[in-house]
Formats: sequence, structure tokens, C-alpha cells
Amino acid sequence: MENEVVVDITSDSDLVTARAEARALATRLGFSRTDATLIATAVSEIARNIVVHVGRGQIVMHLVREERRHGFVAIATDDGPGIRDIDSALAEGNASRGGLGLGLPGARRLMDEFEVDRGLERGTTVTMTRWRVLDELELLRERRRDESAR
Amino acid sequence: MSVAILSQGEHLIASIQSDLSDPEILIFRDELTERVGRERARGVIVDVSALDVIDSFVARSLQSLAEIARLRGAETVIVGIRPDVAIALVQFNLDLRPLKTALDLDEAREVLGRLKGGVNGE
Repeated sequence: MENEVVVDITSDSDLVTARAEARALATRLGFSRTDATLIATAVSEIARNIVVHVGRGQIVMHLVREERRHGFVAIATDDGPGIRDIDSALAEGNASRGGLGLGLPGARRLMDEFEVDRGLERGTTVTMTRWRVLDELELLRERRRDESAR
Repeated sequence: MSVAILSQGEHLIASIQSDLSDPEILIFRDELTERVGRERARGVIVDVSALDVIDSFVARSLQSLAEIARLRGAETVIVGIRPDVAIALVQFNLDLRPLKTALDLDEAREVLGRLKGGVNGE
């Protein structure tokens, strides 16, 4: 459970919290300092997207395990009307806040996977992942963990 | 808000001491550029080494800070961008070339000195 963090996004100051929580979780999950910074920066961009366009939402961050790699997943949801024109929201240069801030395109540049689900009734969901490949020692530990779980 | 601005000769030195929210960044920008006029500063140094995330909004705010200060007669140098933060900024593909940077305060003073020398030498 300590591998999942939820941050409610309702005001500007929640961006500061989201950045800090993203970095802390990524570091705890073994991501390098550079990866943690890229992840925290991307989370900051999607959190701002919520505050600017909808005003209210949530970011859930957790780890996904695959055989040879671990992924940091951040899922942003909001209660808004959904993004009507997804192409325009993802277009570079379509920046929010008086030309400041790259928003979704900025986040997409920092992560390995990036997906937007625009629900016209129930709000928008952005899911993004950054992977790290496990080293030999970690693979050994993973295998032991699986064996002892059996 | 945790930014310290101090006046040193004809320079203003601002050090951001912890992560700032978007409105705080803009308040800081406005206060700093206001002081450029009030204190007749010719150079502004902004120390961002305490920031472990500089996202696109912060980057562009720093850029607009430098542009506003320049229109008010002062050059701005950003110091202390951490290596991992620099990597994230490169990914954004923003054109940050107009932003002058230095590794630390001493180097920033040198950059400002050179800029001033260049202007006087013309």
C-alpha cells in the first residue's frame, strides 16, 4: 500500500504537493534522481492541467511490476466536462495560462507512455508511465520474492 | 513566500529557497522587476539551486522575468540549475537560449560584468 500515493488537486498549492509526492515515491521505488525529476516534472504539468482547465481532480501514483522492468504510473482524473478537442489540447504551443506552461504536451515529452481518455460526461483521464529496467541484483531479488510467495 | 532578495552594489540577488506555487512565482517575478526600477539595479541574479523541479511554467516565468527586467534596464542571470533539472528542461524543447545562465554566484557576477563591459565598450 505504501507503493500508492493519492494527491487531491483542488488549488495551486496542490501542485507543490504533487511534485514532492511524485519525487518521493519515485525515489522510494528505486528510480534514479534524473528519472525522479522527469517524473515529478511531468506530474506537475498534468496537475496544472487539472487546476487550470477544470479546477478539481486527483492524481494517483503507483508502481507496476513486470518481469524485467518496473513502471511508475501516474493517473490524473478530473470531474470536468472532458477535453472536447483532444488534438488541440495535445498540440504543442497550445499552452495554458497566458502562454506559460506546456501542459499535456510537456508531460508527454517526459514520460515513456502517455494516454488520454476523454470522457465527455465523466471527465478526462490521463495515464502516463515511465519505465526503468531492473539490474541483475534486482532481478535476483524479484525472483526470490516470487519464489517465497509461492 | 520563501525567496530572499538582497541588494549588492548595482545587482539584485534573489535566492529561491523552496518550491513555489504558480501564483508565488508570479508575485516573486513582479516584486523583483519592481525593485529593479526602485533600486536602479543593472544586474539580477536568480539562484534556483533549491528547486528540484523546474517545469515549463516555472521556466517560462523565469524567462519572462528576464525579459521584463531587461526592458527595465537590467540583465538577468539564472544560477544553480541542477543537472537533472537541466535534462528535464531539454526534453521540453523550449527555446530557453535568451535566458543567461551561470553555474554559481561568482560566475554570474562575471557574466554581468562582461555584459556591462560590452555595453560600455561600444
